[in-house]
Amino acid sequence: MTDIPAKAAAPSASSGSALLTLMKLRTFIALIAVLVFFSIAAPNFLSAANLILMAKHVALNAFLAMGMTFVIITGGIDLSVGSIVGLCGMVAGYLVLNGIDLQIGYTVYFNVFEIILITLLVGITIGAVNGLLITRLNVAPFIATLGVLYVARGFALLSSDGRTFPNLVGKPELGTTGFGFLGAGRLLGLPVSIWILVVAALGAAYLARYTPLGRHIFAVGGNERAARISGVRVNMVKMFVYMFSGFCAAIVGLIISSELMASHPATGESFELNAIAAAVLGGTSMSGGRGTIGGTIVGAFVIGILSDGLVMMGVSSFWQMVIKGLVIIVAVVVDQAQRRLQQRVTLMQMAKAG
Amino acid sequence: MSPAHDVILKLEDVSKVYAGTVAVKQANFEVRKGAVNVLVGENGAGKSTLMKIIAGVEQPTAGRILLEGEEVSFSSSGDAVARGIGMVFQELNLFGNMTVAENIFATREITNRLGKIDRKAQEKRAGEFLDRLEAGIRPDMLVEDLRIGQQQLVEIAKAVSLDAKILIMDEPTSALSAAEVEILFKVIADLKARGVAIVYISHRLEELIRIGDTVTVLRDGRITGQEEMRNVDTQWIVRQMIGSDAKDFAKADGHQPGAEIFRAEEICLPRVTGGLAVDHVSLALRAGEILGIYGLMGAGRSELFDCIMGRHGHASGKIFIAGKQVKERDTTRRIQRGLALIPEDRQREGLVSILSVASNLTLASLSRFVRLFHIRGGAERQAVVQMVRELAIKVADPAQEVSSLSGGNQQKVVIGKALLTGPKVLLMDEPSRGIDVGAKADVFRTMRKLSRDGLGILFATSDLDEVMALSDRIAVMSNGRLTGMFDRAEATEAAIVAASALGHGPTAQLAPAHGEQR
Repeated sequence: MTDIPAKAAAPSASSGSALLTLMKLRTFIALIAVLVFFSIAAPNFLSAANLILMAKHVALNAFLAMGMTFVIITGGIDLSVGSIVGLCGMVAGYLVLNGIDLQIGYTVYFNVFEIILITLLVGITIGAVNGLLITRLNVAPFIATLGVLYVARGFALLSSDGRTFPNLVGKPELGTTGFGFLGAGRLLGLPVSIWILVVAALGAAYLARYTPLGRHIFAVGGNERAARISGVRVNMVKMFVYMFSGFCAAIVGLIISSELMASHPATGESFELNAIAAAVLGGTSMSGGRGTIGGTIVGAFVIGILSDGLVMMGVSSFWQMVIKGLVIIVAVVVDQAQRRLQQRVTLMQMAKAG
Repeated sequence: MSPAHDVILKLEDVSKVYAGTVAVKQANFEVRKGAVNVLVGENGAGKSTLMKIIAGVEQPTAGRILLEGEEVSFSSSGDAVARGIGMVFQELNLFGNMTVAENIFATREITNRLGKIDRKAQEKRAGEFLDRLEAGIRPDMLVEDLRIGQQQLVEIAKAVSLDAKILIMDEPTSALSAAEVEILFKVIADLKARGVAIVYISHRLEELIRIGDTVTVLRDGRITGQEEMRNVDTQWIVRQMIGSDAKDFAKADGHQPGAEIFRAEEICLPRVTGGLAVDHVSLALRAGEILGIYGLMGAGRSELFDCIMGRHGHASGKIFIAGKQVKERDTTRRIQRGLALIPEDRQREGLVSILSVASNLTLASLSRFVRLFHIRGGAERQAVVQMVRELAIKVADPAQEVSSLSGGNQQKVVIGKALLTGPKVLLMDEPSRGIDVGAKADVFRTMRKLSRDGLGILFATSDLDEVMALSDRIAVMSNGRLTGMFDRAEATEAAIVAASALGHGPTAQLAPAHGEQR
């Protein structure tokens, strides 16, 4: 029995690192937990139709959360994405229905491909406005994007006087048909929006890992001064992340309008908060420098599956909000605990080493 | 009295570890009542950390603290104050937006029965303390309106007003004038007579010898000597501070510098508060030459480097690399032209602490490893491994976070980052600050090697030994101006120190006017 202290010490060290591993995988564990829980608690949860439906819901938030992740990694925030979703939906709807009146008796109608391109450009441009406000005029990201949130929402409402653009089927003689493909179309059995998400997520993850721009995004968020002195073009990096966030929001605006075959100017209200929640749940640090696209996507799935599953179980939407809030708080608390544990483990090792 | 009897505070085997450095290693330290206990050591030896542990600002990683024979642990400075330990901090801990009286009574405001702060009583009490300091500070003045020296006196008044049994003073005289120092010494003598234990930290040896009763020397976080002041002299202190392994400056190898590689002409940088932070500085550097820039704090050395790197849009002047003018004004393109800076403040400007060692090393030179837009992982890894080996960076795995390294190794990462950009001219701002002796020697050796390879090196330092030992030529800056330029052979410490004091104080207007061409 004399060797008990030694034995006790060894497992405590290894259980410390095991705990650390568990904490690092927390979002993934949470995802598996909600999947297991709802597949037992909610009937039909695991049916293919339901899974695809949920994935479509999640995809919308996941797009926004990806853009948001890059912004947050640079140490900023983008509150305007929800409004950009609304405005871009209206732009697409307007172009399908009305085209552009050239004021000389002619009206130009665009085909669906062109409409998508123009809408994406609008989203990128609004992101560029955010970026210019932040880099050139030194407005704090929170304030700049809050302002743009209101301006963009205002324009969305103005574009139709607050009404919905209904029935975006288009007219064959004008070549504006086919807008529904984005939201309702399928490729190889999966919805088009899922395929777009897969492509965009792989692209974003590649960008973060294997390109100088991606490295610079992390450097700017980790230490802006050091990045600047190392020759990183900090302003360009910031412009990019806000433009990318606007681009993601435009995609969401297009998909929603296409799904509903209608554009409503209030679409996307409070979407920005869901996007931030997904990013944070996925391990993105609000103080910048830390985060992954993969984590964010998993975070978006946890939030999305949680709310859809609770709906299927018949839990009231009021309780859903409470539960969602608690999950986010717990995630951040665990995140902090993990950092502290990690720090302590390294410090102890160093103290031992000398 | 037996010595054991008047020991009021005792540290036993206290250690403190920060991410990246061991600041204090198993220190044993005794503080005696009614005496001035002096603590000395070089920059980064761990004096301030040790004092912060006593004052409850930091918690020791290991070891115990005995106060009047009883083991204590302070979780905050409030705990320490409650047990009668006060501290005058090196960096001023004052609220600029509040009055002197409000600062002195911060967190222990004098209130009336209703809990309202009694301003009059506070100002009257504060006035008593301030009068003892004879500084002409009124208690209702805003702290931000005071000179730095006066602010330091307020900090001292605040500590004295605590009626502490132990009073720690961390470099209390660093911003005081000679007259103010005399007043402070009178206050200290007064406190001593009342049985207060004073822990006194300073760099100024003559000061310590004058007022100290006991002296404790720290080197690299370890206590290397503890003696009665009457038994020692300055030489003993210096020996304990520096140790037998005196600084290892790599020897010059006698190679001849080549053609001019860098020239700065008339660099000027306006100060926000008026005047010039860099005042018409012109200098030239040859390939393979080490040009040391000596100057006191605030002489404008760092600002000159910032101008050369293009960090200030409103700076004026011209710079040339190998005879060709550098017209690019932004840092990114100046780096591409062959300039690289190793900044003074490693944490704030040198490293992205949450990224890995590898990412930090290649941050400034990523374009070297890119095909189209893809970073070639193999090429990057190879460069990282090579740089880690070349600079002898002690790291198990380059994927480790850079903040887990020791200070010296972090500095090597910053140097490696600059070198990977393939610079022609290297600007090093205090390259040996806050790193241990071994790493210093490595850094100096690296500088020698680089100069042999034909790099031009400009390095700024406020360490006289360093500038004398390493430079081929020595430039001296004072008050934003270049006040001296010496060849290594003809430079003497006295001449350099004299030049570094030019243009300070009332003689500022009379100093040799480099700006006459204006």
